[in-house]
Amino acid sequence: MLEYLLSFLILTGATLTFIGSLGLLRFKDFYMRLHGPTKATTLGVGSLLIASALFFSSRNVGISLHEILITVFLVITAPVSAHLLAKAALHLNLHSFAKMPAKSTKREEGTDDDAMDTQTPEEKSSSSDTDVPRKPV
Amino acid sequence: MARLLPHPILSPTLACLWLLLVNSITPGQVFLGLLLGWMIPLLTLSFWPEAVTIRKPLTLLRYIGLLLIDIIMANFTVARLILGDPDRLKPIFVELPLDLTSDLAISLLANSITLTPGTVSARLSEDRRYLLVHALNETDPDALIATIKRRYERPLQEIFELC
Repeated sequence: MLEYLLSFLILTGATLTFIGSLGLLRFKDFYMRLHGPTKATTLGVGSLLIASALFFSSRNVGISLHEILITVFLVITAPVSAHLLAKAALHLNLHSFAKMPAKSTKREEGTDDDAMDTQTPEEKSSSSDTDVPRKPV
Repeated sequence: MARLLPHPILSPTLACLWLLLVNSITPGQVFLGLLLGWMIPLLTLSFWPEAVTIRKPLTLLRYIGLLLIDIIMANFTVARLILGDPDRLKPIFVELPLDLTSDLAISLLANSITLTPGTVSARLSEDRRYLLVHALNETDPDALIATIKRRYERPLQEIFELC
């Protein structure tokens, strides 16, 4: 029974980690590529670690809780590194498919004009709206 | 009291961290953990000038639970987006006006944003009033801002700042 649970966790973890890495290949600009490793990988490594904790706890040498620490550190550090990478990319003005908000570019140039409170123009492509899965939040 | 134990929350956290690291709870290790939890905050006092105060521990627990669920959801959302057609994605930068003021709350908010579906926090403005967020697939920036504010910023504000 435990073996089935462990195999399930390990396979899920491996699949999710693989999909997260696949994102690096499939996405088209730097900022989009950041999304794969920060998210899909967190749960992937998380379930591998749960499997590890269960396995070593079941081998009657006492419960093994190192893995919780690894998970906690991973959850704390992954967003920080992603944030710094994004910041560096913005600093270098890397090409991006996403539009900058109008206000931000204004502030970057030093003309802090809050009266320019214009909305970012909507993306023009509306043809494929229905096929794209919306995020469920 | 305040001088001897400047960070009442950090100390037990460090003690637990030590016990997890050595992976045992013999009395000796518990004592050493408590000693470390007491010494380290004293020695690193200059890095942490303000003590962290948690005003609503229950809200914090609920927030952590919410975050865990969202992280799991985020994984599947992003996995689906990766496997779908990347050409159809509509990435966008959104500027999030912040109501939070304390450093810890802002960094926790930025971390939460990165861990949750389809968004990565990219830059905090100089005056700490705006957070630039990159969304992977979003057509309505206002709805995204409203969601982040309602779901993550308000609980954090209740936990770490004035209600």
